[in-house]
Amino acid sequence: MSIDMSQFYQIFFEEAEEHLAEMERLLLSLDIDHPGDEDLNAIFRAAHSIKGGSGTFGFSDVAEVTHVLESLLDKLRKGELAIRKEMIDSFLRTMDVIKLQLAAHRGEGERDEEAEKAICRELEAFSEPEEPSGNIELTLQPGEHDALLERLKEIGKVDIVEHAEQGPWRIRIETPQSESMVREMLEFFLSPDAFTLSGGEEEAYGFFEPAQEDVAYGFFEPVQEEEAYGFFEPQQEAPQQPPEKTREEAQPSQKTTHKQASQGETIRVSVEKVDQLINLVGELVITEAMLAQTTAGLDAAAFETLQASLAQLERNTRDLQESVMSIRMMPISFVFSRFPRLVRDLAGKLDKQVELITEGENTELDKGLIERIADPLTHLVRNSLDHGIEPISKRIAADKDPVGKIRLRAFHRGGNIVVEVSDDGAGLNRKKILEKAASRGLAVHEGMPDQEVWQLIFEAGFSTAEVVTDVSGRGVGMDVVKRNIHELGGRIEIDSVEGEGTRISISLPLTLAILDGMSIGVSDQTLIIPLNCIVETLQPQKSEIKSVGGEKRLLGVRGEFVPLIVLHEVFNLPPKAQDIEQGVAVIVEVDSRKTALIVDDLLGQHQVVIKSLESNYRKVHGISGATIMGDGRVALILDVGELLAA
Amino acid sequence: MVNPKQQTETAHAGSREFLTFTLGKEEYGIDILKVQEIRGYDIVTSIANTPAFIKGVINLRGVIVPIVDMRIKFNLGNVEYNEFTVVIILNVVERVVGIVVDSVSDVVALNSEQIRSAPNFSSRLDTQFIMGLGALDERMLILVDIEKLMTSREMELVDEVSA
Repeated sequence: MSIDMSQFYQIFFEEAEEHLAEMERLLLSLDIDHPGDEDLNAIFRAAHSIKGGSGTFGFSDVAEVTHVLESLLDKLRKGELAIRKEMIDSFLRTMDVIKLQLAAHRGEGERDEEAEKAICRELEAFSEPEEPSGNIELTLQPGEHDALLERLKEIGKVDIVEHAEQGPWRIRIETPQSESMVREMLEFFLSPDAFTLSGGEEEAYGFFEPAQEDVAYGFFEPVQEEEAYGFFEPQQEAPQQPPEKTREEAQPSQKTTHKQASQGETIRVSVEKVDQLINLVGELVITEAMLAQTTAGLDAAAFETLQASLAQLERNTRDLQESVMSIRMMPISFVFSRFPRLVRDLAGKLDKQVELITEGENTELDKGLIERIADPLTHLVRNSLDHGIEPISKRIAADKDPVGKIRLRAFHRGGNIVVEVSDDGAGLNRKKILEKAASRGLAVHEGMPDQEVWQLIFEAGFSTAEVVTDVSGRGVGMDVVKRNIHELGGRIEIDSVEGEGTRISISLPLTLAILDGMSIGVSDQTLIIPLNCIVETLQPQKSEIKSVGGEKRLLGVRGEFVPLIVLHEVFNLPPKAQDIEQGVAVIVEVDSRKTALIVDDLLGQHQVVIKSLESNYRKVHGISGATIMGDGRVALILDVGELLAA
Repeated sequence: MVNPKQQTETAHAGSREFLTFTLGKEEYGIDILKVQEIRGYDIVTSIANTPAFIKGVINLRGVIVPIVDMRIKFNLGNVEYNEFTVVIILNVVERVVGIVVDSVSDVVALNSEQIRSAPNFSSRLDTQFIMGLGALDERMLILVDIEKLMTSREMELVDEVSA
């Protein structure tokens, strides 16, 4: 049973996350002056769904917070309350609280009860003018009510307005609890017709009117007019006043209208099942290739129909593979959607004006990549905001639009997905980077091409920020970004023009499961080198091979000496050729370190499907995985980083 | 480690089924429930810097499966690879591993009386991996706890020795 429940939990968590993301998106794109009914309703529905789900699964803390949120949203969508900018901020913070609660329920963190209470109070405060739960008027029938009064004192300040001998009690309670809560409590002590309660809410009022008439109407009227009415009027007016304009301008607006990704019907399937499907189709493709190979030698005339059927089979398999692979694909909007919020918050914090433009949100990426690209991208966007976009004063001085622009763009190029983060900020400062690099003892010189200078910012501990802020600038990061991208099999490039902006483009393979590789021959083995770390291949000349200390060998490549690794020695294989110069040197680069790998042959370039070696075997040094070649044989994929580290 | 199904079977019929194979002149038996399939020896991609008995990996319908030659490991039988060489694909602790043996004989059912505990003797195969000796008419089967053996440090198939 417990297993079943946890399965549903997972679905609830996923759905709740989706609802939260949806709310965030809607809130951020909401036009505060003219909020659309549609949007308000959608936000309300999302909150309502979370509340419903959390209630069902017994996550009462989540339900409580969402209940408060929902009540306020309900008022907004019914037009009982005008939306204000502070509300959006509170809503966003409420969502953070709910996220924390959900994480706690998943066992991934601790909830912050203080924050939960604070946010509930904050939300309730917004609706107070409409629902003055702060003051509840209570009229009790004559009699002894000591126990009840004691209980009431626990929830708030109890003020006995009127209590005549043998007459009814008139009590005013100041409490953060809502009227309905108080009513519930009272009903515990008294029968519903033994008391009247008024909190100023219209429906409640209308409902209670007759009762008040016979008990206390006579002397209630003047009090309410004096105190309550006079007190509420100005407050109700307040929300209608235009929200502070200055802050609103600082807020990043979004140009692109988020069109909901197609609302077609969907089913939830576990990733495992999809991966299994992908594996099987991969197998089918290999089997098909084998069939094609064996029948290729047959007499075309005699086996015409067979050949034709095989051609048909090939087409069908390719189509099938393509559509199966597309199951794992998700639009990059899943990542992009988190940035409006991030930019908004950060811009506020840094007192900058930034406009975020996103393009190509529907570009699809492998699910695994989507998850792992988010952090590096976040880092780049933060960097652009913090270091790229100048403060308003500087921008005005430089005759630029005071509102900076950060552009997120995703598109296909060749077999890759390119994700760009660009800004129209200050650009990279070549001189400063070179100075910093020199002071850190890196080999730099004035004549370095720009591209190489920009790559320096990916060195560990490199930051040219003048002030270290809590946003970025501690120099941890860009190196991590580069490493993360590299792990995904991608490359990262920078273009920058001083005073005009910086563009960082990340190019990624379409899927994590497929790698662009160069197949090489070492002895009788075929190995794959990931293409993203190959710089060039060349024929080594005997005169260029130098030894250091009699053992360590170096290869001279156009005046630069790179260490040399002979692969058949590393893998203890019988060499095909005795001399290094009979092999081919593949120059690879990892973490800005170049190395020459000596192999026997270059066989070709392929896209290979990565298979785990560890699922049935164990980690092998220098090998990151395996793949199955067209002939059905297994080829190992080199882990170049590990080879070089050895 | 004993799966419930297996237990009930034992309880009901009082017997367990073993797949028997030979290594040299010796006859071994392993729990049939651990066997996924039996296939011929195919081209193996060798892995650098591994012991000789780990022949390498094969592609088993898209899954990379390591192949261990038991004849080399226990120094039994003639190590040659031809069309009669047999690989038993095992499914142990959620891993798939292939073992090369001389030949596969048959599947036998042994009840608890036919299984004797193994005497303590020294051999290349540590007695901790021997579940017992099975007596079947004239034959004596060495019953191997294949799961324990395959996950042991000795076989060098796993990174961490599982419990």
